[in-house]
Amino acid sequence: MSGVEGYIYPNEVTLYWSVLIVLYPYITGLVAGAFILASLERVFRVEAVKPTYRLALLTALAFLLVAPLPLILHLGHPFRSPEMYFTPHDTSAMAMFGYVYMWYLMAVLVFEIWLDYRREIVLLSQTSKGLLRLIYKVMTLGSSNISERALHIDDKVGWIVTLVGIPSAFLLHGYVGFIFGSLKANPWWSSPLMPVIFIFSAMVSGIAAVMLLYMATTKLRGQKIDMRCVDTVAMYMFYIFIIDFSLEMLDLVHRVYEADESFRTLNFLVHTKLYFSQIVVQICLGTIVPLVLLFLTQVVKLEEMARKRIYILSGSLALIGVLAMRWNVVIGGQLFSKSFLGYTSYKMALVTREGLLVAVGLTVLPLLFLWALVKLLPPWPDKSLHEAATGD
Amino acid sequence: MSGLKDAGHLFRFAGLFVLAFLVFLVVRSFVVPKSFGEYGHYRGAAIGEIASRPIKFAGHQTCETCHTDIADTKTKGAHAHVNCEACHGALAAHADDPMTVTPVKPDTAVLCARCHTASAAKPVGFPQVDPADHSGGVPCETCHNPHSPIIGSDSGASAPKGGAK
Amino acid sequence: MNISRRHLMILLPAAAVAWKHVLAGTPADSPNYQMSEHWWGMLIDIPKCIGCGNCVRACQTENDVPDGFFRTWVERYHRSDWHLENPEVISPDGGKEGFPVVKAGEEGMFFFVPKMCNHCADSPCTQVCPVGATFITPDGVVLIDQKYCLGCAYCVQACPYGCRYVHPEKKVADKCTLCYHRITKGLTTACCEACPTGARQLADLKNPNDPIHEFLKTHTVQVLKPQMATGAKAFYNGLDGSVR
Repeated sequence: MSGVEGYIYPNEVTLYWSVLIVLYPYITGLVAGAFILASLERVFRVEAVKPTYRLALLTALAFLLVAPLPLILHLGHPFRSPEMYFTPHDTSAMAMFGYVYMWYLMAVLVFEIWLDYRREIVLLSQTSKGLLRLIYKVMTLGSSNISERALHIDDKVGWIVTLVGIPSAFLLHGYVGFIFGSLKANPWWSSPLMPVIFIFSAMVSGIAAVMLLYMATTKLRGQKIDMRCVDTVAMYMFYIFIIDFSLEMLDLVHRVYEADESFRTLNFLVHTKLYFSQIVVQICLGTIVPLVLLFLTQVVKLEEMARKRIYILSGSLALIGVLAMRWNVVIGGQLFSKSFLGYTSYKMALVTREGLLVAVGLTVLPLLFLWALVKLLPPWPDKSLHEAATGD
Repeated sequence: MSGLKDAGHLFRFAGLFVLAFLVFLVVRSFVVPKSFGEYGHYRGAAIGEIASRPIKFAGHQTCETCHTDIADTKTKGAHAHVNCEACHGALAAHADDPMTVTPVKPDTAVLCARCHTASAAKPVGFPQVDPADHSGGVPCETCHNPHSPIIGSDSGASAPKGGAK
Repeated sequence: MNISRRHLMILLPAAAVAWKHVLAGTPADSPNYQMSEHWWGMLIDIPKCIGCGNCVRACQTENDVPDGFFRTWVERYHRSDWHLENPEVISPDGGKEGFPVVKAGEEGMFFFVPKMCNHCADSPCTQVCPVGATFITPDGVVLIDQKYCLGCAYCVQACPYGCRYVHPEKKVADKCTLCYHRITKGLTTACCEACPTGARQLADLKNPNDPIHEFLKTHTVQVLKPQMATGAKAFYNGLDGSVR
């Protein structure tokens, strides 16, 4: 059998969870991380990061809208997926998906965005033309009340929603970690640390994504990047990265120290098939290099240009590193046999439903959604709207 | 309370939720299969569906209902516990329609060798030979009655009537 | 064959009636079969297995198992005296056409291990199914409702024994059903029917006359991966510690 070494159970030759299942935790991780960044300003009053607030929310929404797609494309029977809503099995972590997703989408993200943008939505419903006018009108839910009192209520309710949104974000991504971490059959996955590591690496990736998007969109708009904002975002990213790295190292050290029956086969796996993606990409390039770079910015006073370059580099490397982590968990967990006596290989297709092209498409699609959302709900103060409001 | 008037839009948003939930409940009552939950968190009717799958192996008791003489020979011999279809393959189709569906006689060169070719991996007490050394290519049933294979064990035959026809 | 025509005229109708009786009815509505009266398991006697592969072929025939996937398979172990923890294991095409010959004189021990779904009483696979497409019946058989299964493969990941797969054409999970369609009609499983040495025997733990009770009293048995506490119901006699 090609690609098989040693002895594996006969049904283990094929990998059942493909690159799409690598993407799903990556995407929900970005959602959770972006939301946590937004909550820094809203709940914890870190005023410095305010310029990223609305962009973070829209980023979270753009990625959340794409999140179910890799799952649906992976299913053998996608049209049966409503069964998860109608007969969810209460002992299955995966059954939570439908409800947690719907809760987070509607009761947290959409609700919070709506509350924050309601004033603009009402104004735009009055000033736009054609189809856009209709869209905004629908979004007002028929209420054009943007009195000070109404907006004040929105603000208070929005605060509560964000507060509730924080554990919701942890649940949205943490349950994915639990899906892997609760499987006693797979020693690479089975660990109480799994949901925690997923959440912290998600925060790193989400914050990095919003930071890069903020810098890119500000540049594209020909505006000046608010360095106080970016410095603060990078600082939070650095500290959360340290926690994430510590957790991953704890997992590693624990495995090496205890050296239980799975250790030999997993150790061999990491040194051979997973060497490039785990040691080189995830740990060295994706974690240690960005940590060192960010550490530099925290202890040495660097010029604005240098800091910008470091943030861009470490943010990009962090994003790649977290993707590699998802790959190493999902694919890595299926490369070794549960007999601990052999290995198989992942043959990623190119143009099939679960192939590389679809995976790339699914990573690009959220950016297209984000572009549309930014057009529909501009995160930046719009001068003309301001005039329209005060002119009344 | 003036507060409520200014919170009207919130009630509209909540109203959407309530409406969606009600629609969900209605759809659910139509869509969930009736037998779901009958025995546990699964579609009870599935049990019956799985139990109705077609049968391919008839089982030795069915064979023995008609083939009594072979059954008699076999119970006294070394292959007493080797079921008919272990060698003859799945024959429920034959049991269903014995006159039309006639089984193909197994090729002893392949069949017997599968079990009885000597290998150090097999249990020590198990009868095994090197086919080339043992018979030099002569078909097994020349000397062994497959239904009572130990030579001289079945009454009155060292070269049997070619076993089953 | 040697049945006289007259003999046949008497036997055929009787056989036909008996056969139809066996085929009749589903367990839910058949008065013959009550789920609550049975608790199914399997006894696998390692010293008796000769690695002929009859069981693998019979299962494939009975259940239309697709090529390259296995509801049951046989492994051959070579447990060396020097490396007790690292056996050499092979399973060429699941053992379907038997195994290559081992010449006498090799050190260590060789033996065959048939593997199948263990129909666990506390099965991790039914625990993780998000919609209830896989379940354990009241008579102890773990089944898959292939009309309800989404094909998410979570159950495949959760099984410690590697006995599940996703059917390449049906795109749903698939595995050994303990020949549920046979055992509910008084037949034994296809693999047990085909086994020439009695290495595999169906067991009904709720039947006081089932030979398994006497066997369990007089032999030491194990289940695979007992540390997983799955409540596995495939009992192995003579299982070596090197078996994975």
